[in-house]
Amino acid sequence: MIRCWGPLSLLVLWCLIALLGPLFPLTPNQIDLPNILTGIGSQAWLGYDDLGRPMFDRLVIGARTSFIVAISVVTVSFIMGSLLGTCSAYIGGVVDLVLVRMIDIFLAFPGILLAIALAGMMGPGIENVVIALALVGWVGYARLARAQVLSVKEQEHVVAAIAIGTKPLGIISRHLLPLIMAPLIVEASFGIAGTVIAEAGLSFLGLGVQPPAASWGSMIRDGTRYMLVAPHMVVVPGLALMAVVLAINIFGDWLRDWLDVKAGTRHTSRS
Amino acid sequence: MSKPGQDTRRGANTTSALNGFAQNSLAGGTNYYIFLYKERIRIYSVCTLVLYHTNGHACFVPIMQNFLIRNILQRLLLLIIVSIVAHSVIHLAPGEPSEVDPSNPRMKPEDIANIRAAFHLDDPLYLQYVYWVRDLASGELKSFKDSQPVLEKIWHRFLNSLPLFICATLLVWTLAFPTGIHAAVRRGAVYDRSSTFVAYTLISIPGFFLSYLMILWVVDWLNVPVIGMRTFGMEQAQPAFQFMDRVWHLVIPSLMSAIGGMAILSRYVRSQMLEVISQDYVQTARAKGLKEESVIYRHALRNALLPFVTMFGLLLPSLIGGSVIFEQIFAWPGLGRLGYEAILARDFPVILTLNFFAAALTLAGTLISDILYAVVDPRIRLQ
Repeated sequence: MIRCWGPLSLLVLWCLIALLGPLFPLTPNQIDLPNILTGIGSQAWLGYDDLGRPMFDRLVIGARTSFIVAISVVTVSFIMGSLLGTCSAYIGGVVDLVLVRMIDIFLAFPGILLAIALAGMMGPGIENVVIALALVGWVGYARLARAQVLSVKEQEHVVAAIAIGTKPLGIISRHLLPLIMAPLIVEASFGIAGTVIAEAGLSFLGLGVQPPAASWGSMIRDGTRYMLVAPHMVVVPGLALMAVVLAINIFGDWLRDWLDVKAGTRHTSRS
Repeated sequence: MSKPGQDTRRGANTTSALNGFAQNSLAGGTNYYIFLYKERIRIYSVCTLVLYHTNGHACFVPIMQNFLIRNILQRLLLLIIVSIVAHSVIHLAPGEPSEVDPSNPRMKPEDIANIRAAFHLDDPLYLQYVYWVRDLASGELKSFKDSQPVLEKIWHRFLNSLPLFICATLLVWTLAFPTGIHAAVRRGAVYDRSSTFVAYTLISIPGFFLSYLMILWVVDWLNVPVIGMRTFGMEQAQPAFQFMDRVWHLVIPSLMSAIGGMAILSRYVRSQMLEVISQDYVQTARAKGLKEESVIYRHALRNALLPFVTMFGLLLPSLIGGSVIFEQIFAWPGLGRLGYEAILARDFPVILTLNFFAAALTLAGTLISDILYAVVDPRIRLQ
């Protein structure tokens, strides 16, 4: 049970910080010159950065950035990918062929380099990061949904539904989507972890949010220049990033087992 | 057709979660795992082609030839489409080589016009594409940034990326398999639990964060060099010294780019082993009274290895996009960094050519993996 509640509580904390952060009197951009590079201590929870800005406040703002990017990227790519995959597998024929080729084309670009290229081409900024990551991300869901539908649509209940004259839309929404949701949701939960890291990576390269806004990736990037005198500038956002991603991964892992048991399939791998 | 259907579903289920891991390592530089695991789903979903109980290998060779010819043609067509799409996207996206330095007061409108004319930026898109293909084919393609021949540049960087790629791949494959197999055999034991925890932690650490932690502590402690490919000013030293210098510079970058992949692959090996160990024929082997080593290594492992054989082909594309962030951190002059710098400088010829090679490697990789899969698994027939 700790595999569920431990990570889940951390994730809820992450969401709350991200959503309620602006309600608190935070001063992420207030420069406090005497405190430049001050480490973790009694004056401020997590110390100050190279411009004398409080790390704790910036960490909260960074949580907001990563949360917004992760949720919007996964939502967009999840809906786009699963709808396209489901419809094309259900309709079949030329439509399916076109989608498969499209997926092939997207996969023919090397992963992170495509996101970097898109973000770099559109110029830095948080909305461009979302667009770039969603454009790269939908392919996974489409492929998974397509493979799932291909195996489900030959089952008797779907044939029966067709036989009694159910409309295609009804078949997709009532007879196909509920059955293929479990693996897609698991994929989405891992997708959130992947997006958090990818956003941090893009921000680390300078393609994400622009100063003075904060992201955990850009905080690490800023910190690397002062790593030897103020290691907390790298360690604090890095640990935050790691904790969130680890929590999502463990939670997704638990979710996969849980849904697997529910689906009644053979339960061989516990991991 | 019901058997392939089931197969599709199982493949998709076991890999869906691993897809998640794979995406975690996006920024970790092991992006080939995305291809890898998605490819497995693809193989399974393409496996409506799979027919059990084939007639053996008698009909294999002519089918193989047909399969090869048709697939190579399809992939060539796809390659052309990809290059056209990439060309249009890059040219239609905002930003041009003439606008890279807008705040430069010396940049007058006529200079911009000159730049645009020199790079054919005012010509229609299809003409620019034709120019690009022509120059690429004749080997005279020049970079916008420094007018160096693009192919030469890429070849040079490729030679730099190659040792990093080989070392990282070797590390991943030699360490992930023993770890994963051992964890599967001792399922539930302390070793399994601790290796699971370590793997999850390594998957969750962003590669760039871990790299800086390494720079902070390990470098100071072990005195291992981390920046660049070699020590500056070593050109006069003896070859042996130069060689060892390069090897030392390789240690940390290759370890860092291997770590994410190692963690993912060991988990994958473990779950694959677990699935095979619970099969009936393994029980039968045990019931026959075979030794446990023989059961694990001769009966279980050989079958568990099947899906991994296909991964060799899918390793190829990671040569280019594999470790952009690590190359950036460790100042390694490799292909990924070349691409990153070209994107920032809007160096269209370099971006397009790199993308072309990356797409070609990806397509070749998937073809090789399909073929390998059919070669090692007699149940799969290519059509």
